[in-house]
Amino acid sequence: MVKAQVRIQEVTYRYGSRVVLRNVTLDIPANQITVFFGPASSGKTTLLRLINRLNDDISGTSLSGHIYVGDQDIYAPGVDVPSLRRRVGMVFALPLPLPGTIRENVLYGPKLAGIRSRARLEEILYKSLSQAALWDEVKDRLDDRASALSGGQQQRLCIARSLALEPEVLLLDEPTSGLDPISTAKVEQSLLALKEHYTIIIVPHSVQQGARIADYAAFFLMGELVEHGPGVQVFQNARDRRTEDYVTGRFG
Amino acid sequence: MTQRHLIQRLGFIFLGLVGFLVVAPILFVVGSIIWRGAGALTWRFLIEMPHNGMKSGGILPAIVGTLVLTAGVAIVAIPVGVGAAVYLSEYATDNWFTRAIRLAIVNLSSIPSVVYGLFGLGLFVLFLGFGTSILAGALTLAIMTLPVIISTAEEALRAVPAEFRTVSASLGGTKWQGIRYIVLPQALPGILTGVILGLLRAAGETAPILFTVAAFYLPRLPHSPFDETMALPYHLYVISTQVPGMPEGVQNATALVLLALVLTMNLVASIIRSYFRRRREW
Repeated sequence: MVKAQVRIQEVTYRYGSRVVLRNVTLDIPANQITVFFGPASSGKTTLLRLINRLNDDISGTSLSGHIYVGDQDIYAPGVDVPSLRRRVGMVFALPLPLPGTIRENVLYGPKLAGIRSRARLEEILYKSLSQAALWDEVKDRLDDRASALSGGQQQRLCIARSLALEPEVLLLDEPTSGLDPISTAKVEQSLLALKEHYTIIIVPHSVQQGARIADYAAFFLMGELVEHGPGVQVFQNARDRRTEDYVTGRFG
Repeated sequence: MTQRHLIQRLGFIFLGLVGFLVVAPILFVVGSIIWRGAGALTWRFLIEMPHNGMKSGGILPAIVGTLVLTAGVAIVAIPVGVGAAVYLSEYATDNWFTRAIRLAIVNLSSIPSVVYGLFGLGLFVLFLGFGTSILAGALTLAIMTLPVIISTAEEALRAVPAEFRTVSASLGGTKWQGIRYIVLPQALPGILTGVILGLLRAAGETAPILFTVAAFYLPRLPHSPFDETMALPYHLYVISTQVPGMPEGVQNATALVLLALVLTMNLVASIIRSYFRRRREW
C-alpha cells in the first residue's frame, strides 16, 4: 500500500453522552481519492470535519485517539490550528462564496497567510482556478462578484479557494449535493485530475458517485467503521454483509 | 357587494385612518415650525453670536456646541459600543457574566435621560473634576447612547451567516481575521444604523447636558474640551421658557435648525448606509 497521508488512530468522539464515532482506525493513502460513505448520522461527515479541527468550537464534545496529518498529531497540545487548516482544505456541501469578487475569494486564504507579492498572487490565482477547471470560464471576469456565478461554478470556485493554499489534503463534504448532473460531472473530473497533487477525502452525495471516483473507500454505520479497502473491492465485492446491503440499495 | 367585501372595505378605511394619524402630527409639527420659523431664519441667524440677551443676533455657539458634543459622543461611543458588540456576538459564551451584561444593556436603555444627567454630574463633573464641560457632557451622552449602539450592532453582527465564519476559519483565518475581513464589513450597514440612531438621540437630548455642559448664555465658541458651551436643545428650552419677551420667530427658527441638523445627519447616514449595502451581497 502507498504511503498514508492521514492516519486516524482509535478515534472515539462523543457529543454529550452520544457516541458519534466509535474507535475508528483508518489510514488514508496519499494522492488518492478516499470516499467516506454510509447512511445519515453514520459519523462520516464528523470524521471529515475532525481532520481539520472544524468541530473545535462545538461545546460538549470530547475526542480520544489521534489523528495524524503527515507526521503531525493534529490534536496534540500547542498545534497552530490556522496553519493546520492551510494544510488541510475543506469544501462544504453548499457552495459558499465569500462576499466580494472571484479574485478576492481565491486569494483570501493566501493573503491571510501573508503572501504579498503581486506576481505570486496572480500565479496562485491562475493555478488554482485552472486546477478547479474554472479558469476558462472566468478568466475575463475575475473582478466580478462571485455570487453572480452559477451554482456549479461557485462550487468549483470554492474548490479553487481551498487549492489556493496548496494544501496537502483536500476534504470535500458532499460537494455536488446542490448541483445539476453536468456541473457534478465537471467537479468529479477536476477531482480526478487533482489527485495527482493532493490527497482527497470526499463524502459523496450518492453511493453511485462514491463508486465512480473512489480509489479507496470506507463504509460507516452508526459511528462505526464497518469496512475499508480499495474502492473496487468495497463497492463491488464487499466483505461485510452490511456494506453489500447498503451498496446494493437494500437499505439507506 | 357582499358582506365580506364590505367588512374588508371598512377594514382598509380604518387602517388608512390609523396610518394618517401617525403621519399627521409629524406633518403638523414640521409644518408649523417651518411656517413660523422660516421668516426668522437667515444666514446671519446661523453665523452670528447672540446679542441683547438672546433676543437678537444668531445661534452660532449653540450650533457649534451641538456639533462638537455629537462628535465627542461619536469618538467615545462608537469604538466602545462596537467593541462591546463584537465581544458579545463573536467571543462571549453564554454564561452568567454575559447574561448580566445583556440585562444591564436592556435596563440602561430604559433609564430616563435626566437620570443620566444626574449620573454625569456626580461622576464626571464633581467626582472626576471635569467641571461643567464638553468632556463631561459628551461622556454623559455617550453612556446614554451606548445601549442603542451595542444592541443594534450586536444584532447586525449576528445576522451575518455563521457559514462565513466557518469558511474563513477553514481557509486558515484566525477568528479575528474572519471578523475583521468578513463579518464586520458585512455588518457595517446595520452597525451604522445603530450608530446613527444613537448619535441622533444624543444630539437632541436636553436633560443629560443640563447639569454637565450646557451654558445658559455664552456668546463665544468653545476653545477646549473643558469649556462649557451652548447647545441647541438646551438653548431652545431656555429661549422658550426662561427668557420673557422672546420673539416667537427666533424660537421656531432655532427648532427648525435643530430639526434640519438632525434630518441632515439622518440623510447623510442613509446615503452612506445604502452605499455600503449596495456593495454587500452574498
